[in-house]
Amino acid sequence: MSNLIVSVSPHLTHKDSTRTIMRDVLIALIPAVIASIVIFGWRALLLTIVCVGTAVFWEWAFQKICKRKTTIGDLSAAVTGLILAMNLPVGLPLWQAAFGTLVAIVVVKQLFGGIGYNFANPAITARVVMLIAFAGTMTTWAAPNFCFGADAVSAATPLAVLKEGGSYSLLNLFIGTVGGSMGETSALALLIGFVYLLCRKVISWHTPVAFIGTVFVLALVKGGFMFGLAEILAGGVFLGAIFMATDYVTTPQTPWGRVIFGIGCGLITCLIRFFGNYPEGVSFSILLMNILTPYISNWTAKKPLGGVEA
Amino acid sequence: MSIKLLHGAHVPHRKNTAECAPQRIPVTAGTMITIPVSMNIGAPAKPVVKVNDLVKVGQLVAEPGGFVSAPVYSGVSGKVKKLDEVLLFHGASCQAIVIEADGEQAVYEGLEAPTLSDLPSFIDAIRASGVVGLGGAGFPTSVKLNVDPGKVEYICINGAECEPYITADTRTMLDDAELLVEGIELLEKYFDPKKIIIGIEDNKPKCIKNMKELCKGLDYVDVRALPALYPQGGEKVMIHNTTGRIVPEGKLPIDVGCVVINPSTLVGIARYVKTGMPLVEKYVTVDGSAIANPMNVIAPIGMSVKQVVEFTGGYKCEPKKIVLGGPMMGVSVPSDDEVVVKNTGAILCFDERDARPPETTDCIKCGRCINTCPLNLMPAHIETAYKLEKGDELKKLKVNLCMECGCCAFVCPAKRPLVQVNKLAKAMLWDYNAKLKADAEKAAAKKAEAEKEAANV
Repeated sequence: MSNLIVSVSPHLTHKDSTRTIMRDVLIALIPAVIASIVIFGWRALLLTIVCVGTAVFWEWAFQKICKRKTTIGDLSAAVTGLILAMNLPVGLPLWQAAFGTLVAIVVVKQLFGGIGYNFANPAITARVVMLIAFAGTMTTWAAPNFCFGADAVSAATPLAVLKEGGSYSLLNLFIGTVGGSMGETSALALLIGFVYLLCRKVISWHTPVAFIGTVFVLALVKGGFMFGLAEILAGGVFLGAIFMATDYVTTPQTPWGRVIFGIGCGLITCLIRFFGNYPEGVSFSILLMNILTPYISNWTAKKPLGGVEA
Repeated sequence: MSIKLLHGAHVPHRKNTAECAPQRIPVTAGTMITIPVSMNIGAPAKPVVKVNDLVKVGQLVAEPGGFVSAPVYSGVSGKVKKLDEVLLFHGASCQAIVIEADGEQAVYEGLEAPTLSDLPSFIDAIRASGVVGLGGAGFPTSVKLNVDPGKVEYICINGAECEPYITADTRTMLDDAELLVEGIELLEKYFDPKKIIIGIEDNKPKCIKNMKELCKGLDYVDVRALPALYPQGGEKVMIHNTTGRIVPEGKLPIDVGCVVINPSTLVGIARYVKTGMPLVEKYVTVDGSAIANPMNVIAPIGMSVKQVVEFTGGYKCEPKKIVLGGPMMGVSVPSDDEVVVKNTGAILCFDERDARPPETTDCIKCGRCINTCPLNLMPAHIETAYKLEKGDELKKLKVNLCMECGCCAFVCPAKRPLVQVNKLAKAMLWDYNAKLKADAEKAAAKKAEAEKEAANV
């Protein structure tokens, strides 16, 4: 008997790996991708493919140049590309999208050490960079044209309408037939993804519920029940709460930490929406809370069972 | 009373052998048995036989080498061939008594049931039985039970058997249930606890039913079905999930009025009390992807893994990893010449696919290790502190409490070796504390000297 492998226990591991988790996130975003194609036309698919493709390419190229081990197999770059795509307006020039993924993958993720080491969410940081760099195209919202419509016409987003005191059909907001970023308009599609992620135990409910709940309650206080519903259904609250505020690397790891993170996101979102110049504040809120994550982690550290204070 | 159960991991059960009553392995003439004298935590036993001595089944071959120690008996009849130095799987070496069996399996004439009159005589009997913690710990049971009976409020019979594959305790609770009940009655008689709780994971409904039926008349016994959540059978976990009590850092279960004992251990004691036959053989589950016929066997202590596997029908394919114990906490051994010792509950042989450790990737901070740890430790943070060699952080993170159950490494999607890191971090913390102590002593000595000088001036 020879060549036996000797290793430290445990000798069993769970079937979930980084790759299967990222694959589940990709699967959970499929309804949102389909909704974006249905609502905004085939260009949505094109832009999505460009984002995912370039994100994976940047990661591969950067690691090749730096002579590091290639990690595109873990699918995390694809997830970043897809989430960024969901955050872009459908009419964005393709080269700008490719620039966005360059910022996300190389600047935010790889320069800080690659997967697991970035302090801010790559997709969100890239979106904020693009919002400032390409202020024009990043805020030109196409009206829904249902695949076949004529040339896209520019439309105001529901949030801008709400901000000026207008109102919106809640049903349209829920289904997503309104102007906005490709993947954020359909709350229905995002909820399907949320349920999938919960069933697969990829994310916990804490952050999304705390985030959406906080926005709802604050909007309810400001403008009543219908306004509260409109505020959570319009804009990027669902996309942000379900897919970006639950990013493992940049958010707290304990249940209570996640609740605090969600409440913080909701609070900052509402402050920006109600009192700021921007109609939308989800990206900024998550980015700001990313920075607070290490502190939240420290505050909510678990107390070891039976531990005695030294 | 409802107790908020501790966290844990949903490990696969794989109790393929639950229906297999253990088969005794026949000992043929010429079989070589190697009995290490160190099969327990504490001092190794001292051999009392010489080369060429004839021994019989149940005969003492090594006596306790100290207070925390246990005697060793032969499980075969035959001739002592040599006293050898063997390397144990955990890296230490000790003496071993090698016996060539004559195939007769003649029982030693000197065996007689002990006479019990009071608690000290019961403890003496336990010590003489050679029984140690058979669940895996291997701590001498006579030392564990050497407590003030007034402090014992609860005795937990730990029938959780939460490790995948192993069904040795399951079979004990089915096949040796009468002896187990006799053992429970002994505990009741000499310790008089408030309650004796039998904790069994609910994936063993037969055991639960069997124990409930047999303990019907015993009003002090509470058979408790616990959710099948690893590590239900960890001592601290068992105490918490049955009594709601928490064993504080640096304390023992008895400090919160609890004693935990494994069913096989108790059966070993009861058998000795009833018949005078000490611990010489063991229920062992033989399973794993490289085993042709998974089954339970009764193996004499000292029989090699190779001999046991041959009895069950050999390997299905070339084994690439052999684990003594369960897959979560068992030890992988370098060859199948290793022997069955007192606390071996299972022999698991895995094929290439199951044996190869998965590729490790970077931590993605998912927090699964943190939210799974039954003791609320934070393995991901411990790993960071260990890498940065921060002794003070490790102290704060209480890595010393870790029981190495393996939940964190099991759930880790990046497949990081968190148990290994925790083991190393414990050693680092140990060194850190020693250094702190030495520094403090040095500072105190310096101060005393300075004061002395000042006084002289």
